Amino acid sequence: MMRTLSLAALLSLGTASLALAETPRSGGVLNFTAPYGTSFATLDTQSSPTIQEHFLTFAIHRSMYSWDSIGNKPVLELADSVDVSEDGLTYTYHLKKNAVFHNGKPLTVDDVIFSYKRIADAKNSMPGARYIQTIKGADAFGKGEAAEIEGLVKVDDHTVAITFNTAANPGFPLMETGTIILPSNVPVEQQATQPVGLGAFVFKEHVPGSQIVVTKFDKYYEEGKPYLDRVNIIVMGEGAARDVAFRNKEVDVSVLGPAQYQDYLNDANLKDHLLEVAETFTRNVGFSQTKVEAFKDKRVRQAINYAINSDLIIQRLARGKAVRATGWLPVGSPAYDNDAKPYAYDPDKARALLKEAGYEKGFEFAITAGPNESWGMPVVEALIPMLAQVGVTLKARPVESAALSGHVTSGDFEAYMWSNLTGPDPLTVMRCYYSKTPQSACNYTAYNNPAYDVIYEAALAERDGDKQAELLKKANNFIQEEAPVWFFNYNKAVMAYQPWVHGLVPNATELALQPYDEIWIDDSAPANRK
Amino acid sequence: MLRFTIRRLLQMIPTIFVVALLIFFIFSIVPGSFAATLFSDGRADADPELIARLNREFGLDRPLWERILTYFGDLLRFDLGTSFRTRLPVTEMINQRIWASLELAVAAMVFAVVIGVPLGFMAALRPGSVLDTVTMIGAVSGLSLPQFWLGLLLMMLFALHLGWLPSFGYGDGAFRNLVLPAIALGVTPLALLARTTRAGVLDVLNSDFIRTAHSKGMSEPQVVRWHVARNALVLIVTTVGLQFGSLIGQAVVIEKLFAWPGIGSLLVDSVAIRDIPVVQGTILVIVLWFLVINTAVDLLYAAIDPRIKQG
Repeated sequence: MMRTLSLAALLSLGTASLALAETPRSGGVLNFTAPYGTSFATLDTQSSPTIQEHFLTFAIHRSMYSWDSIGNKPVLELADSVDVSEDGLTYTYHLKKNAVFHNGKPLTVDDVIFSYKRIADAKNSMPGARYIQTIKGADAFGKGEAAEIEGLVKVDDHTVAITFNTAANPGFPLMETGTIILPSNVPVEQQATQPVGLGAFVFKEHVPGSQIVVTKFDKYYEEGKPYLDRVNIIVMGEGAARDVAFRNKEVDVSVLGPAQYQDYLNDANLKDHLLEVAETFTRNVGFSQTKVEAFKDKRVRQAINYAINSDLIIQRLARGKAVRATGWLPVGSPAYDNDAKPYAYDPDKARALLKEAGYEKGFEFAITAGPNESWGMPVVEALIPMLAQVGVTLKARPVESAALSGHVTSGDFEAYMWSNLTGPDPLTVMRCYYSKTPQSACNYTAYNNPAYDVIYEAALAERDGDKQAELLKKANNFIQEEAPVWFFNYNKAVMAYQPWVHGLVPNATELALQPYDEIWIDDSAPANRK
Repeated sequence: MLRFTIRRLLQMIPTIFVVALLIFFIFSIVPGSFAATLFSDGRADADPELIARLNREFGLDRPLWERILTYFGDLLRFDLGTSFRTRLPVTEMINQRIWASLELAVAAMVFAVVIGVPLGFMAALRPGSVLDTVTMIGAVSGLSLPQFWLGLLLMMLFALHLGWLPSFGYGDGAFRNLVLPAIALGVTPLALLARTTRAGVLDVLNSDFIRTAHSKGMSEPQVVRWHVARNALVLIVTTVGLQFGSLIGQAVVIEKLFAWPGIGSLLVDSVAIRDIPVVQGTILVIVLWFLVINTAVDLLYAAIDPRIKQG
């Protein structure tokens, strides 16, 4: 774990540690940007599967666990402590007694049960249902086969015993934004217009298509927090406009694309205020083992990995805004192997492997990809001449972003290029190569290898965290050797921030999402923000 | 006039029907569904159960003919449906955004008319002069500048370098937030109006009745006011009407660039995530706006030039 931490820390520029060393100042307004769209779909963020709404979730809601970006693990958020049964299946949570909803209602077990039942109910089509289904009996409740969730037991007002289906760390599913706790005394319909939560900020105003305003919650359970009086979460989907607004000091943070990243690095006024982290997304090209005969042979898949000069593409196309992938699990994963080496660029070895596999004269395949500049058609076009050098004919099959997932999940591809979530929970991530995982879920390449299944099942059964991490590391290395995909890169997310902003953290799960209650601004902020 | 108005309004119905049918078919055959787009960015693994459940809930698993009947049945009751994404009625979502779009379109049009028409007029009255040359060079440039690029340029100049205006957003609805997007949107119609006005006025100036007016001893200002302006007005009003009608559709790019909370940005978002009821609703509103403006222009003709009979 410590090795992982040090790597993650190296990738960040130390903002968090600087923030810890300084004394936070209370007061002020933060103009934060929500860059993933031109509006917020709903204020009922429990029902929203898209990231844009999570900017609001982070301000006004809380889940049972939260992600500790510094410790790189899920930590208890709404409970002071938890007791774990001997079989590792039942967790008894002692809820915070000072946690109060924005409407004044104290947090009780009833709110937890109310929220989890709403999420699990199939009729509600909640995106968080898959996480709640880790609780025993949630599946049956969701289908209407039971009146209650069997594994959810109220001990007293502030104690809840939750029994899970497996001994996996429940912190991962129960930290997800889709599992936030809502007050049981507020009609759920109201959450779409006047959301009420447990977070550090209270919802104040929503200007559709423009911004959401939240203000400080005085009864927030963390003493002394939040520091800010108000946060304006501003919709800014257009990168070029965000750039101008940031340089004009109208917004306090901006998420950068590859071109902007280089500009900011070369600008003396901006380069010292960049927060970087390797996010838990792996960009890759998946090889269909059902549509292309050649991809059934491991040597062919490895040959593709050797034939591509990944570093050159990262340098030229991604403009350095990526971290070379060594395998499926990303740098920040607890099961990441620091000693793993990426496939070297070695066209001769690629040719030799192809010859060995009987493809000396090469073969042809097409990559289905969207227009994304970092993991789409521009990269595919760069691959064409590289693969041609080893005799492989690559064709581009461009599709619209909205259609990409449909092609991939239905198996309608010979190869695809995508950016996939590969963290933070390595156990969940590595199931994507488990033969029992359907292609439509995340085993997109239809990978099936009994030897891998044995390793993964051992990891599933292992209750000791360190031993499980070792097994998952082994599984990841196995997949690297098997090369069901071309391992391209892990996204290097970059956030530019104004010099007066402190408390930002290198959140590897999604850098743009920041803990607003930790953020503060110093005296050098413009007058309208102090 | 009443019969003409009623007839024009009735003509809108088949137009709207055809447009609605077209949009429906296009979005029925394009690949991608709302449920699948939820996982397009790879931020979450695909959830086949959720995708199937959502498709069922939105009726996307039903036969096409059944969906068409439902859609047009709802349309007859002025029900544009419910957004897949927000679960709100489409009419409510459009109502939230249309006013900002209208505000922007009106501001852009006022900017274009107030500057474009006088410029074109003056250029036509002094053909070949410096003013005429500069106006026409400006008009050609205005027509050929991509709005997106012009918008960025305005942001850089007035927000970043001069610091006079905010670079983005609706803010609290203040006029200063409206200025840059309105200018960026208004430059194209301004250029077109300047050129059209100049051409229209030049055409009238070369007419026999203008020579007659001059020979009757009318002063230049009288000729311009009573003969040139009124006769050129039909062409100008037509151009204004066409431009104004299409401005909301054109605003898509500007709204996205300036984070302006209008119907254009709503449309872009909805297309990207296949929120079909919202796409259908917003396009219908844009088409309806165009039709209403054009009908209004037709009605205006009679007031401007009594020789034009509405029959």
